Amino acid sequence: MADSPVVTVHDRPNSYIGRSVPRPNVQRLLHGRGTFTDDIKLPRMVHAAYLRSPFAHADIKSINVDAAKAAPGVVGVFTGKEIAELCEPWVGVLSHLEGMRSPPQYPMAIDRARWQGEPVVAVVAETRAQAEDAVELVDVDWAELPAACDMSAALDADAPVIHEEYGNNLCWERIVDEGDVDAAFDQAAVVVEDEFTFGRHTGVTLEPRSIISSWDPSEEELTVYMSTQGPHMLQAIFAKHFGLDEHRVRVICKDVGGAFGIKVHTYGDEIATAALTMLLKRPVKFIPDRMESFTADIHARHHTIKARMAVAGDGKILAIDFDDLTGIGPYSMYPRSSGIEINQVLNLTGGPYTIENYRARGRVVFQNKPLMCQYRAVGHPIATAMQEALVDHAAQALGMDVVEIRARNLVPDDAYPTKSITGMPFDKLSHHAAKDKLLGMVDYAGLRADQETARESGIYRGIGFACMIEVTSPSPMFYGVGGAPISAQDGVTLRLDAKGNLIVASGVTEQGQGAEAVLSQVAATAVGVTPDKIKIITGDTEITPYGGGTWASRGTGIAGEAAAQAGHALRDQILEVAGIMLQSEPRKLDIRDNAVVDADTGNERISLAEVGRVVYYRADTMPKDYQSELIATRHHVPKKFPFAFTNGIHCSHVEVDVDTGMVKLLNYWVVEDCGTVINPLLVEEQVRGGVIQGIGGALYEECLYSDEGQLLNGNLADYLVPMAAEMPDIEVGHVTSPNSDSELGAKGAGEGGTGGAPAAILNAVNDALLPLGARLTVNPMTPERVLRALGKTE
Amino acid sequence: MPDSIEIPPVVVTATVNGERVSRAVEPRMNLVDFLREELELTGSHVGCEHGVCGACTVRVDGTIVRGCLMLAVQADGAEVLTIEGLSESGEIADLQENFKTRNAAQCGFCTPGMLMTAAELLAENPGAGRTEIREHISGNFCRCTGYQAIVDAIEETGKNRGEK
Repeated sequence: MADSPVVTVHDRPNSYIGRSVPRPNVQRLLHGRGTFTDDIKLPRMVHAAYLRSPFAHADIKSINVDAAKAAPGVVGVFTGKEIAELCEPWVGVLSHLEGMRSPPQYPMAIDRARWQGEPVVAVVAETRAQAEDAVELVDVDWAELPAACDMSAALDADAPVIHEEYGNNLCWERIVDEGDVDAAFDQAAVVVEDEFTFGRHTGVTLEPRSIISSWDPSEEELTVYMSTQGPHMLQAIFAKHFGLDEHRVRVICKDVGGAFGIKVHTYGDEIATAALTMLLKRPVKFIPDRMESFTADIHARHHTIKARMAVAGDGKILAIDFDDLTGIGPYSMYPRSSGIEINQVLNLTGGPYTIENYRARGRVVFQNKPLMCQYRAVGHPIATAMQEALVDHAAQALGMDVVEIRARNLVPDDAYPTKSITGMPFDKLSHHAAKDKLLGMVDYAGLRADQETARESGIYRGIGFACMIEVTSPSPMFYGVGGAPISAQDGVTLRLDAKGNLIVASGVTEQGQGAEAVLSQVAATAVGVTPDKIKIITGDTEITPYGGGTWASRGTGIAGEAAAQAGHALRDQILEVAGIMLQSEPRKLDIRDNAVVDADTGNERISLAEVGRVVYYRADTMPKDYQSELIATRHHVPKKFPFAFTNGIHCSHVEVDVDTGMVKLLNYWVVEDCGTVINPLLVEEQVRGGVIQGIGGALYEECLYSDEGQLLNGNLADYLVPMAAEMPDIEVGHVTSPNSDSELGAKGAGEGGTGGAPAAILNAVNDALLPLGARLTVNPMTPERVLRALGKTE
Repeated sequence: MPDSIEIPPVVVTATVNGERVSRAVEPRMNLVDFLREELELTGSHVGCEHGVCGACTVRVDGTIVRGCLMLAVQADGAEVLTIEGLSESGEIADLQENFKTRNAAQCGFCTPGMLMTAAELLAENPGAGRTEIREHISGNFCRCTGYQAIVDAIEETGKNRGEK
C-alpha cells in the first residue's frame, strides 16, 4: 500500500465525491443574512435612475435637464454624450464568427435611441425615489422614426435600416452544407416539413441586475460591487473602456440572486453607473426595477425556422435542412456577441443522431427591440425542439413508434470518440444507455394504454420524448479565439491555515447552483479534510485566482478539476513537512479526516492543526535548510476537446384540455450523463430547475410587442413565469461517462434541463392532439395557440 | 418643481422582531423599503415591487403580507416579523434544516419569502399534502429550484411536526 501512492482523487479514502452533502454558505441565505448587492450601503452612497427611451426608434432633438437638476436630493444629471466622454464605446463581435458586424455602442443613447428601454439620461440623487422623481422632470424632445421591429421583415427592401452605413439590417449570416442534401431528399421515403416559431423571452432573475460603483480619485481605483457571473471579465471591460489599469479595478460579487446568463454581459446602464461614480466621486448604486428590467435586460431565443427532414422507409434520418432567422436588437451584445445562439443552433441540431447530409442557414438581424443574447442553454432549446419535433413528425409519417425511430438513429454508444456532421467532436456520450435507463423509469406501455383509454372519454394525454446533447465546460474555442476578454481557464488556491483549516479561493462564482459545494467536496477529498474545515471564497477579483466565472456549465468541469489538482499539490506539501516532523517518508503517510496518518494502518500520527501550528509558529524547530509551503494554486483549461459535451433524454407526460387549450403537466422524467457526478443532489436540482425554466419558454413566457416596438406585457402580472401550483415533480436518473480530459471526469449539468424541456413538451402536446389532426410548432404553447391549432378560435 | 414631492415625513412606530422602533419616513415609503432602508433588515427582498413575486413577504400582526404592497405608515402600531426575527425565534429551525438538507434554496433570493409563506402553512396545517403546499406557495416565484425541493422540504417538516 505504501508503495502504491494514491493516484487519483477517486481512489481517496473518505471521499466526498458522489455524495449529496449540503452546500456550504447556504445557512446565511436561509436566515436572511445573505449579502446581495442591494444589501450593501457605502458611506455617502447615492442612487442612480435612468430615463429610458419610450420609443423603439427615435431621434433625440434636445434634452433639457434643468428641472431635474433642481429637484430635491439630486446630485447630478448626465446625458449619454457626457457619459461617452469618459468611456470608449464597444463592439460586440467575435472575430471567429466570420463576417459578423455591429457598430460601436455607447453606454447610453446619444443622438438616437434604437430600442424602447435604451438608457438616455442618468439622474443621481440621495435616494432612489428622489432619482426617479427627477427622471420625470427630464424633458426630451423626441422625433419618432420608423422602426424595424418585426425580425422577419427586418431584411425586407423597404425596412428601415437601423445602421445606415450597413445598407441593410443583416448582422451575420452563416451557412453549413455537408454531404449531398438534395440527393438525400430525392431518395427519401418520407419528407417532413415544419415552420417553427420560438418566442422572445427573458431571464427574470428574481434579484435584478445590481451594481454599486465606487471611485477613489486619490488612488485612481474603481471598486464595483456587482451581481455578476464573470468578475474578471467585468474587471477587464471596466479597465479597457475607462482607460484604467486592470489592477486598479476591483470587482466584488457577493451573493447573486439568480443569473442564468442574464448577468454575464456589458450593459450600458452598468457601465454608465461606473462613469457616474467617477463624475461624482461618490459611490453610486443602480438597480433596475422589475418593469425596467423587462426592457433593460437581454432577451433571448426569438427564432423563426423553416425546417425539413428526409427519412428512409426504415426510419433512418437521411438529411436535415433548415433556415433559421433570429432578431437580436440594434446591436450585437458585448463581449459575447449575439451570434453564439444561432451558431449553437447550426452546430448542435441533429447532434444525437447519425446524420450524413446537413444543410443550414442562420441569419442574425438587427431590429428595434432590446438586445438578445446568451441565456441558459443558449441555442439548445431551439436546436433540440426543432430536431425532435421533426423526428416525431417523421415517425408519424412512417407510422413508426417515436421511441423506435430514435433508437434507430441515435449514435451508437460504442462509436465514440466521434464527430457530428457539423464537426463537433464528442469524447464519450451514452444516448442508448440513457434511453434504456429512461425506459426503465417510465412505464411507456402503460402510458400508451392509458392514452388510448383516456381518449375514449375525451381526455387527451400525450407523451413526448427529447434526445439532446449539451455544450459544457468550453475551451478558449468558445470566446477567447474570437478576441473576447473571457477566460476559459479557471484557478483554485488552497491554503492550510494555522489551525488545520482549508481556505479555498476560486475564480468561479456562486449563483446558487452549488459551485462552492463542488469545490468544497473536491478539495476535501483531494487533501483529506472534512468539509466543515473548509472556507470557500469566490467573487472578488482582488483575492481569487484569475478565471472566467460561472457560465456555460463550466464551474464543476473546470474549477472542480483545478481544485483536484491544487488538492494534490497541497497534500504533497503537507506530507513533505509532516514527513520531516515525523521523520518518516512522505509516501508512507496519508491525510485522512484532518490528520496525517500512517498510510498502511490509518493510525493518526499528527493532526493538521498541529502541522499548521508548527509551520506557522514554530518554524524554529524545523531544519534550517528547509522552507515549508502550505499553499497551492492550480489552474485548468480543457485541452483535448473544445467542449465537454453531455447528453440526456427527457420524457414529458401532459394532458391537454381541448376546450380551454390549457396544458397540464402530469409527469416528467430525465436521464442525463454529465460524467462524474460530484454531488447527485445538486445535479438533480440543476436538472429540475432547468426543466422548469424550459417549461416557462414552452408554455408561458413571451415578450409581446406591438408593431411599433412597444413591450405590451413588461411586468410579472402579464408576463407569466412558472409557479409552484402548475409544475410537475421530476424524476431524474444518471448515466456516467467520465470526461477523459480531466482526472475528475466531471462535465457540466447546468443547462440540459432547459435545453431539452421545450422539445419534450412540444412533442407531448402534439402527441396528445394527434387524433384531432392538430399540430403546434410554436413556443410558448399558450391556450390561445392550442385552440387555434384545434381550429377552435381565429 | 411640483409641491407634491415635498410631503413632510410621518413618524411610524412599530414593533419589529420584538423591538420597538420609530422612524420618520415619507408617506409613500412601502413596508419592505422601510425594513430594508430604515431598519437595515435586509433579509426581506425586493423582487418585483408590484405584489407578484413574494420575495418581500413578511408577517404583520400574525398574517403574511407583501412588503411592497403595504405602506410603512400602515404598519404604524403593528407587530412586524421578518425573516431575521423568525429565524432567531427558532420557530422554523426544522424547516430551515430541511431546506438545507434538501437543497431547497439555490440563489436564496426567494428563500426568506418562501420560508415566511411556508411557516404560515405549517402553523395552520402541518399535514398539508403536496398539492396544498404547491397551492400555498404559488404566490412565491422561485427561478432556480423548479419548486420540487421546496415542496419536499415543507412536506417533510410538516410530517415531522405531526409525529411530535
